[in-house]
Amino acid sequence: MSPENAPGTAAAQRPTLPETRTVTLRVNGTSHQLQIAPWTSVLDALREHLQLTGTKKGCDHGQCGACTILLDGKRINSCLTLAVMQENKEITTIEGLAKNGELHPVQQAFIDHDAFQCGYCTPGQICSVIGLVNEGKAKTLDDIKDLMSGNVCRCGAYANIVQVAQEALERNTGL
Amino acid sequence: MKENYTGKPANRVDGRAKVTGEAKYAAEFNVPNLLHGVVVNSAIAKGTIKSIDTSAALQLAGVVQVFTHENRPGYTWLDSHYMDEDAPPGSPFRPFYNNQILFSMQPVALVVAESFELARYAALLVKVEYEAQPHETDLESNLPRAYTPKKYKSPPPTDPRGDADTAFAQATFKVEEAYAHPAHHHNPMEMHASIAIWHEDGKMTIYDKIQGVQNSQKYISTAFGIPQEDVQVLSPFVGGAFGSGLRPQYQLFLAVLAARELKRAVKVGLTRQQMFSFGHRPATVQRLALGASAEGELEAVKHDAIAETSRFEDYNEDVVIWPGVLYDCENVKVSHQLVDLDVFTPLDMRAPGGVTGTFALEVAIDEMAYQLGIDPLEFRLKNYTNTDQNKGKPYSSKELKECYRQGAERFGWSKRKMEPRSMKEGHQLIGWGMANGAWEAKQQEAAAKAVFSPDGKLTVSCATADIGTGTYTVMSQIAAETMGLPLEEVTFKLGDSTLPKSPLEGGSWTVSSVGSAVKLVCEKLQEQLLEQARKMENSPFKDANPEDVSFAEGRMFLTQAPAQSISILEAVQQNEGQPLVAEASQKPDKNQKNYSSYSHSATFVEVMVDEDLGTVKVTRMVSAIAAGRIINPKTGRSQILGGSVWGIGAALQEHTVMDHRLGRFMNHDLDKYHVPVSADIHETDVIFVEEKDEIVNPIGAKGLGEIGIVSIAPAIVNAVFHATGKRIRELPITLDKLL
Repeated sequence: MSPENAPGTAAAQRPTLPETRTVTLRVNGTSHQLQIAPWTSVLDALREHLQLTGTKKGCDHGQCGACTILLDGKRINSCLTLAVMQENKEITTIEGLAKNGELHPVQQAFIDHDAFQCGYCTPGQICSVIGLVNEGKAKTLDDIKDLMSGNVCRCGAYANIVQVAQEALERNTGL
Repeated sequence: MKENYTGKPANRVDGRAKVTGEAKYAAEFNVPNLLHGVVVNSAIAKGTIKSIDTSAALQLAGVVQVFTHENRPGYTWLDSHYMDEDAPPGSPFRPFYNNQILFSMQPVALVVAESFELARYAALLVKVEYEAQPHETDLESNLPRAYTPKKYKSPPPTDPRGDADTAFAQATFKVEEAYAHPAHHHNPMEMHASIAIWHEDGKMTIYDKIQGVQNSQKYISTAFGIPQEDVQVLSPFVGGAFGSGLRPQYQLFLAVLAARELKRAVKVGLTRQQMFSFGHRPATVQRLALGASAEGELEAVKHDAIAETSRFEDYNEDVVIWPGVLYDCENVKVSHQLVDLDVFTPLDMRAPGGVTGTFALEVAIDEMAYQLGIDPLEFRLKNYTNTDQNKGKPYSSKELKECYRQGAERFGWSKRKMEPRSMKEGHQLIGWGMANGAWEAKQQEAAAKAVFSPDGKLTVSCATADIGTGTYTVMSQIAAETMGLPLEEVTFKLGDSTLPKSPLEGGSWTVSSVGSAVKLVCEKLQEQLLEQARKMENSPFKDANPEDVSFAEGRMFLTQAPAQSISILEAVQQNEGQPLVAEASQKPDKNQKNYSSYSHSATFVEVMVDEDLGTVKVTRMVSAIAAGRIINPKTGRSQILGGSVWGIGAALQEHTVMDHRLGRFMNHDLDKYHVPVSADIHETDVIFVEEKDEIVNPIGAKGLGEIGIVSIAPAIVNAVFHATGKRIRELPITLDKLL
């Protein structure tokens, strides 16, 4: 042990960080290779490393749903999962919903029902509605309300959001 | 104004940007070579920093600098240089100014690194040693220290009218009770963030989450001594604010500090926990004393409020104006005092003072109605006022009676039995309650610019904000309406400090203020179009004056002879291929001073209370709103729905809980600070009552941001009383209070 590494010296206390990893994420049909820390969340990978900022950070703790994305068609909080764990999965974000400039029916319904105000929770709400339809668990209005309650909207657009979800279930248009 | 685009439901013009993820909020701009800053906050509420050890953080490769009070450059110390447009009287908080800790979670260090993950990790390595001093954070136990501030932020409480003490002593019926409202935090979904970009010529471009880009611009200019024109602040989209963005928050100062020192671009974003480290709706205790005659006439009102503030600023809000706004009573006495505590200064939060004061007043009014045995709606009608008793001026318009009528009818109020606990379904006690509210309709000076290009596109701009309120949409509607152009041909620009002067986006005054400026600038443009049209050969407008000409459906024509018309495009093209440009500034009309202007609401609520568990469900709600002209009933309805959700939160859930041993807000996240979710929201009906007002402002609109919330919580409290017979005077109504 060299003197500068002896216990009690600055160098011994020097924090060390795990090395970054090469991670391949498949997002909206395109593969991206990223050099990121093993503790980078999918949310931060999307926002900070891929500049896909449509997915929002509202709490970073899985308490608000603003970061909801679709992982193999299933809605998840992207702040609660690490990018290194999600290789070989199909990630769909809000940027991947419109096809050739045409909005996904749920996106259009959000506009038509004025189901948002500030728009910050909206990408998460939209992904969550699509995920809800894919799950097929919601049978009643109360089910919809319960199963959409992981997505907080501080502007309070719930009445309109629930209407969009109801219509989407009737149309049964998942991804 | 003609009824082409305004008054009709229109989808948001920024809707597509918001549903596709293209709308960019403050933290989302892709800036090359960006550094990331993470804030370290104080662990104590009061005391001094003994030492800060940043060495471990600085040793990490990629950590660029750690800023603290020890290496902060010596900027200006003058209070006035840190005061922003919404600053209360006092000495504003100056980040990293010295080693003094003034409140828990005060920012004490900023770690700047090449990546966000690294900055966050390095922030954990910063070791701060404190010398704690005893703190005071409890309003209730400090009430004996209440003082009258030297200067009030909002107008001081009005002088007494009549003799409230004697009238109360002699009144046949009396209510005298205390009401407690807790601290709330705004919690917009987007957390506060700023990106500060340093340019080689010393100029700065800043993306900020703010309700007034020019407020941030001026603040940065004075605090850092940079010429105002060298600071450009941009904020095209704001992910909610509700007042949290009225003042520049500390992440802005820190981002600019780091960017200037490091000569780089720096982003500082707050965490959800840090969203509880600045302004909040202040905890407030109130005492209401009402006296009434046997006939149900209000004879005396005494309304006293004591609210918390910080040690460094005297924040206050309009808590005790509501008796004078809402009721006819000759003997009124009000007061508003403060207790300074070791907390951050409170901050305007959606309907500041209105939420707090209306809760206490409207619950007390319900209590009096019960003492008298008079239906609560009838009691309000008996004491209705057509004048603002605080100002002694008539209302420019007031259709509250129509709100009562339409709201009651829609709700079925006439079927209500007065007696509490008179309705039940299984284990569910059912209660019906009501309340009314008001919010002032103010107009501020604002400016706008209009550019009409030869391709027929109209661009109107003002440095205002759209925090979800629909500013982009309603301003486009007003411009399209005035100019007689299709909505698609109009673009409204905002959120850029280089645009014409705007007041802060708040106080429900944006449509009134900015909308009036937009209308005026379009009228100026019309005069220019007329001048151009006069130049044309055989022009029908040769002898026409501006008042003779109308604009509709893309054409301009003589009002008296509509067949004499040309397309507006033709007129603009007379300007030799150059756009027509107009600028205008609109001040409130002097005639407004002879009147008082308020929007009004009446809310009717049904609750179900589980007899065994004490859980409360708001099953049905009708809010009838009189707010002048409704520019866009679709986005307007959304604002009122949002206000209703906020009212449910205030009544049943929201409460920032302080641990007084630590002097720290303990439920500082969205898991423990409860806000309503989908499952809490049931039938909600919004009625816009027709109200014509030609005095309030040139648009005739009173604003909708705040009127939707004020009467909700008291209506729920009154409904819970009707259901259970229990009168709750301390919000929120958690189930422990009903068991």
